[in-house]
Amino acid sequence: MRKVYLDNASATPLHPEVWQAMTPFLGETYGNPSSLHNWGDAAREAVEVARAQVAQLIGADAEEIIFTGSGTESNNFAIKGLTLVKQNKGKHVVVSAIEHFSVLHSARTLEKWGFELSLVPVDKHGLVDPEDVRKSLRKDTILVSVMHANGEAGTIEPIQEIARITRENNVVFHTDAVATAGTIPVDVKRLGVDSLSLAGNQFYGPKGIGALWVRKGVRIMPLLDGGVQEGGRRAGTENVPAIVGLGKAAELATTNVAAQVEHLTPLRDRLLTELPGKIDHVVVTGHPQNRLPGHASFCVEFIEGESMLMLLNSQGVAVSSGSACTSRALKASHVLIAMGISHELAQGSLLFSLGIDNTAKDIDYVLEVLPPIVDRLRQMSPLYAKFIKESKGGK
Amino acid sequence: MPVYSEKVMEHFMNPRNVGELENPDGVGEEGNPVCGDMMTFYIKVKDDHLEDVKFKTFGCGAAIAVSSMVSEMAKGKTLEEAMKITPRSVANELEGLPKNKFHCSNLGAQALHKAIQDYLSKKAKGGGKE
Repeated sequence: MRKVYLDNASATPLHPEVWQAMTPFLGETYGNPSSLHNWGDAAREAVEVARAQVAQLIGADAEEIIFTGSGTESNNFAIKGLTLVKQNKGKHVVVSAIEHFSVLHSARTLEKWGFELSLVPVDKHGLVDPEDVRKSLRKDTILVSVMHANGEAGTIEPIQEIARITRENNVVFHTDAVATAGTIPVDVKRLGVDSLSLAGNQFYGPKGIGALWVRKGVRIMPLLDGGVQEGGRRAGTENVPAIVGLGKAAELATTNVAAQVEHLTPLRDRLLTELPGKIDHVVVTGHPQNRLPGHASFCVEFIEGESMLMLLNSQGVAVSSGSACTSRALKASHVLIAMGISHELAQGSLLFSLGIDNTAKDIDYVLEVLPPIVDRLRQMSPLYAKFIKESKGGK
Repeated sequence: MPVYSEKVMEHFMNPRNVGELENPDGVGEEGNPVCGDMMTFYIKVKDDHLEDVKFKTFGCGAAIAVSSMVSEMAKGKTLEEAMKITPRSVANELEGLPKNKFHCSNLGAQALHKAIQDYLSKKAKGGGKE
């Protein structure tokens, strides 16, 4: 059976060159970067090479990069660390309604600590209106956080416009670029943000490694106290193999990102246009054009996401869904709900995230196997039966 | 994949008794699409026995497997026996359900009971079928 992996938003495969770069640090090069001998030197030098590689990917200076344990940690660090140092200026924080939980829940924690939170809505395409950000600003606003692109909706947000507004108002602006760094060109100076998160498992690097970029001169309070690793901003012995892997992945992405966009965009567009042609009552979610190059998402009416996932998996196809039944909390995706999609329609959510290994044949295969799966589940669905009856009755 | 037993997977992949009945003696619906799962059961009754049971289900893998299992457990049973089918006994027959799916997806027994009650109330009103 053909195997088609279309869940790169969850994890990308490790690039063979990344794996190669990492292996010495899982073996003979085991020193602690803080140690003052040759063993330590080798590890420290490798970490600093990686820091420069990550900096180059986003147009930053190496000393502005802090390695973390994940995109989630980077976002926690930014939301809590950038506000805790500014409490004398104010206690108001602005984030978008579709932020990743690592931002949203960090902001909720701030609320418990006495901060005030404003949520900026999105339109039906998942787009934040920069003017809504402007309207939500107050004299005591100390942080704005809007993600560069949403991994579920695929929509790319107008970060530059928002940054213009935050700069005018002298408010620190963080962006979660986990879905974009290494996937589309990301340049911190062009974006105009003050802080940015990224993660290795989104662009063919290892899992359990992320980075936070903080613009020179912007203060941040460490969340982890201990040694003076990462310039005293993130204590704990460095995960050297993963850092080296992230560095290598960043270096590859710097070179390859344009070609990747060119490879993925037509494959994505085939899904976006051909799938609704093959299956009735399918809604494209997210922005029709302004979206991640490998990202196609839909809601299929009258059926539920998990059962589609299971049947697709039985045909060798891996995708994901924002349906309530597929989430451990049994709640529909907050992103889909924020876009105004009903709970019922959100149940039929399907998310395809393509990667560099995917080919046109993979898309052919999905377009071939999905329609019968949808048909099979609809034949089982009381909602579809009702719909058919009502549409016949209406004639 | 969700952590489902082999039995759940088998019923999900090959659900028994999917469909509707023409002129059913009773219909029962449980759940709603907003919270996730919805099941409709159709029954045909003869001599106080469930002569035929069919269902339609909107929902996750567990919901589909539950419906299939309930239909299989109920078919041929007396109405009294069928009323004794519980979410727990369905889960046991399926060799277990994930904890978080036990309540939201395990609605088959209730939907079946509603269909039986529907039959009984019609019978009481109409003085028996046919």
